[in-house]
Amino acid sequence: MQSLLPELLIPALVPLGLTLKVALTATLGAFLAGVGAGWALSRRGLPGREVLDALCTLPLVLPPTVIGYYLLVLFGRRGVLGQWLQQTFGVSLIFTWQGAALAASVVAFPLVCKAARTAFEGVDQNLEHAARSLGAGELRVFLAVSLPLAWRGVLGGTMLALARAMGEFGATLMIAGSLPGRTQTLSLAVYEAVQAGRDSEAAFLVLLVSLLCVTLLLASGRFLKTSCPA
Amino acid sequence: MALNLDIQKALRSGTQEFRLDASFSAEGRSIVLFGPSGSGKTLTLRALAGHLSPDAGRMELDGRTLFDAAHGVNLPARERGVGLVFQDYALFPHLSVARNVGFGLGAGLFGRLDAAARRRVAELLDLGGLTELASARPDRLSGGQRQRVALLRALASRPRALLLDEPFSALDPLLRARMRREVRAMCQALGTPTLLITHDPDDVAEFGGTVVLYDQGRVRRVEAFADGPEGGIGARDLVLGERFAVYA
Repeated sequence: MQSLLPELLIPALVPLGLTLKVALTATLGAFLAGVGAGWALSRRGLPGREVLDALCTLPLVLPPTVIGYYLLVLFGRRGVLGQWLQQTFGVSLIFTWQGAALAASVVAFPLVCKAARTAFEGVDQNLEHAARSLGAGELRVFLAVSLPLAWRGVLGGTMLALARAMGEFGATLMIAGSLPGRTQTLSLAVYEAVQAGRDSEAAFLVLLVSLLCVTLLLASGRFLKTSCPA
Repeated sequence: MALNLDIQKALRSGTQEFRLDASFSAEGRSIVLFGPSGSGKTLTLRALAGHLSPDAGRMELDGRTLFDAAHGVNLPARERGVGLVFQDYALFPHLSVARNVGFGLGAGLFGRLDAAARRRVAELLDLGGLTELASARPDRLSGGQRQRVALLRALASRPRALLLDEPFSALDPLLRARMRREVRAMCQALGTPTLLITHDPDDVAEFGGTVVLYDQGRVRRVEAFADGPEGGIGARDLVLGERFAVYA
């Protein structure tokens, strides 16, 4: 067992690092887009609000492979955005870790968006009105009043998004493939190991993912408690 | 303060519909909108502050057009230059007393306070006897202290007028009488005219001035008295003698 551990650990380090890189990038993207969309959806005057809300929830209910397919259509070599990226920046997201991050970001987005909408709707409108009457512009109202008061809910959603992004499999496989060392994250590595019959490697990776997720949940629970007294 | 107002607004909630059709002109250091709950006073105040757009009509404060539906004028709340004290005070729960009071003096996106603004905050806190509580959060304050913070916050940026939305209704009776005098004295000391909304005849007695009677979404009567308690007694007698439809 003692000689087995480094033998299993060292090959796991690469997918682990890649998973963290992809998941953190994806969470940042989901956070920015989700907070923006959640805020917009919490405004009562927004036309077609419930239709937009349903659209934002779609990645939560669609099978990840379907999301992956849409992303391929959009960002593939012949996709509208894919061609644009290729022509303007000379980059392609297909079979790259950035592509994997995009996929995970889309899948994790509704979790931030939903939580943020609920949190922003929970902010007393009179506080926002008070800030406006004190001369604050809309951006300052958002930064100084709405966001700090909605912070707890937004953070909770972001933690869930991080967990979801780390476990992303289907959409990532569609757009980024499972290239060891380049796009093969932990969840893809588990699948590969099982398929190839490398049972002890699979078991070790599963243990690693489980530990990571438990740590994340405990940390987020603790963080939420200490960040908000009262 | 010179106020010209003629606004219409229809609100629907469920099967109930409420129509505000208010029109009056008033001038002076004190204007009181008096009427039963649900007569449209608060709606008028929210329209004045710019938190709600009327369907039609116009509003003018000190010769400046705040809203004019016919000409497409609708000044945003931040440009109207009116201070506001909410019924529940609406203090920012995540900011200290000093940051609450200084909120309207802050510049830029993050509300940075320059030396003059910090001095003004210190002066105001001293005026309200809140210096020792400067770094406390609003949830540590008593009802009277919260009210003072709300008042000072609204007065800090020297508004053209202060709008008070039933500011004393949340206080217990003994404190209410004291805060009434204190609030009026402070507005007087800082030279800020007030527009008070109330359904309490004792508030009318303290503030006096021009009394605008609201009933069922309409202005029924406007009477001018002397400002403060001198005119207030007559003003109270007026509102006590009035028969409102909801109390029939």
